[in-house]
Amino acid sequence: MVEVAETLRARVVSAITAQPQPTVTVLSSLLAIEEEFGYIPPQAIDEVATRESVTVNDVWAVATFYTNFRFTPPGRHIVEVCWGPTCHLLGAQSLVERVQNALGMSGEGDTPDGNVTLKYNTCLGACAQAPVMAADHHLHGRATNEKVDKLLNSLKGDS
Amino acid sequence: MAETFEAIQATAQAREDALNGGLRIRVGVALCGEAAGAFEVLEALKSEVASRRLTASVQEVGCIGLCYAEPLVDVQLSNGTRVFYKNVTPEDLPAILDAAASGSHSPSDKVLGTLGDAGAPGLPKIEDTPQWKCQVRIATRNTGTVDPGEIQEYIATGGYTGLAKALSSMTQEELIEEVKTSGLRGRGGAAFPTGMKWGFLQGSNRPNKYVLVNCEEGDPGAYNDKGLVESDPHTVVEGTIIAGYATGANYGYIFIRHGHVGPTKRAQNAIKQAYEQGLLGQNILGSDFSFDMEVAFTGDSYVAGEETALMEAIEGKRSMPRARPPFPAQSGMWGNPSNINNVKTISYVPEIVRQGGEWFSEIGYERSKGTAILCLTGDVNYPGMYEVPFGLTLGQVVNEIAGGTASGKDVKLLQTGGPLGGVLGADSLEIMLDYEGMSAAGAILGSGGIIVGADDICAVDLARTLVAFCQFESCGKCFPCRLGMTHLVEVLERIAANKGRPDDLDLMRSTGKTMAMGSLCGHGQLGFNPISSALKFFEEDFRVHLEEGRCPTGSCDGAFNRPTRTRPMATAEWYAKEEYVTP
Repeated sequence: MVEVAETLRARVVSAITAQPQPTVTVLSSLLAIEEEFGYIPPQAIDEVATRESVTVNDVWAVATFYTNFRFTPPGRHIVEVCWGPTCHLLGAQSLVERVQNALGMSGEGDTPDGNVTLKYNTCLGACAQAPVMAADHHLHGRATNEKVDKLLNSLKGDS
Repeated sequence: MAETFEAIQATAQAREDALNGGLRIRVGVALCGEAAGAFEVLEALKSEVASRRLTASVQEVGCIGLCYAEPLVDVQLSNGTRVFYKNVTPEDLPAILDAAASGSHSPSDKVLGTLGDAGAPGLPKIEDTPQWKCQVRIATRNTGTVDPGEIQEYIATGGYTGLAKALSSMTQEELIEEVKTSGLRGRGGAAFPTGMKWGFLQGSNRPNKYVLVNCEEGDPGAYNDKGLVESDPHTVVEGTIIAGYATGANYGYIFIRHGHVGPTKRAQNAIKQAYEQGLLGQNILGSDFSFDMEVAFTGDSYVAGEETALMEAIEGKRSMPRARPPFPAQSGMWGNPSNINNVKTISYVPEIVRQGGEWFSEIGYERSKGTAILCLTGDVNYPGMYEVPFGLTLGQVVNEIAGGTASGKDVKLLQTGGPLGGVLGADSLEIMLDYEGMSAAGAILGSGGIIVGADDICAVDLARTLVAFCQFESCGKCFPCRLGMTHLVEVLERIAANKGRPDDLDLMRSTGKTMAMGSLCGHGQLGFNPISSALKFFEEDFRVHLEEGRCPTGSCDGAFNRPTRTRPMATAEWYAKEEYVTP
């Protein structure tokens, strides 16, 4: 499996080295890797540690601290339901339930078929359009049960 | 070769005149526009314009603040008047373009109003609506009207004249004095006088000094920092350069949460364009002042917005607050003196320099000078981002600007200043909107988010959400905050489920006291605010839960899902499977 491994490593290295901004740190490298892979491959931790001259523990400390990092590949689609107070007052909990029921889940996480990852976001930043949800990082405001169904159906098609 | 500022301005003006000569259509595509479907409208508009072979410039603009009317499309008539269409869908576009081609407007039920002195016959002016009338737009003067992706357009509206004035005719001391005269105070929540803060950094003669602009903005209910950076990034960049000049700093960072694509893209582009125009880099505009800037990112962490935690994040570490002293102005990023300002604070600076501190200090109320940029959301008719002068009452803001509750029910509570700000009762509508008035009432203006709840909301329900947020976002450094929040949310969930114990209120109060005493930053110190304020105004709701075993409004019933910090880890098999071989 050397070939697979080398490709993985090449992608990690290029994600780290292609960062456009002058200040490169452990955190910025991890963010770049996550953008490339959608998660942090455990092997990438070693690479960041070597390049930033810190210990593997230091890198793990940062990676496990920020809640956006995950360590296993996410589903093909990412569905986020905003959970902030504004959305809460306007019915976010019932949307969460609608999504959970449609996906057959009881909390955050990935569907067994790996198609959808469900996340609760603490604020998607479009509070005036509450309740808000996002599918693959595209925002959908004034969400209703009908919109949820339509959105989830559209994600089923192109798996 | 650096051009003179006059030459840059002339080029920008020529571009603007050329655009104004043709048909000009703008679409608001900030976060709230995106959520309302603005990108679908933009795409449809572009293809419709192309298929009709219209010679029109279609521009993306930011958020004008009238978020209730998104997606907004505006068409500029030949006399300069801009006709705004509200809640536009792709199906509305043919009629709008038909009308635009003949220089008129249509259909009238889709018209929100017009902007511009000339107006258009038969159409209302946006200036006359309650949502606009109360506003004094200083920091938001360009949002939604100027293309955030084009520095020329910003320069043509008077942009960078503040910087040119500062560099050509003002010393560091004069500049700081001007900001002190203006009475500008920090808009991030602490309301510390900005001029004085700059003075601390200016006083240091170390070679590397930083100016940090905080756009982390994790507060749910507030999106004005992101709104400003996304809609008018050039104002933020200009303000940062001026702050750098005034304090003698040589490097600036705009600090944004990773994943907010719009604000990130706009800020990076604005910095790039400023370099191209010679407004950043070595010897800016021919002066001996040099300044560099970049955008720095944090991962998802609310506490990263705290000033010392922010520096930790830029350094690439966990965003946990540091103990103070030393203060950032003595030893900040990488041990160098640093100054941290909120995006909103920085956004006032170019206009203060251009028009003078005296001018700014005449706006506002007593010790709260200038304006507040509010995000009115929740159960209201006209949610949006509004810049209003200090001195209005919360009642004016909620009832006149936001138009009262959308559900038609009575206002029961206001949630101001982010989750740590706590809640206010309906009688707080009398409170004057200024720093002193708000803090006398036990509330925080904070980042400017005001969430309105009607009387179908139980205070226990809202407190549970706020505390669950604080628990999720505690960085974990101080155990009273880390464990206290967890404890509080458990007790609140118990009360909400009508399984509360008689001494639960006392238990929460004592936990809150420990948190306030034993935490380094505001997250733990103010973490009990949501509960203490809910108890102050709505103890009855808690009593009904505890003694009668029911929710007074029913909003606590049903499942309560909250995010968790745990994530699945890679297994040992994973390591074995794709372990790469080092050469």
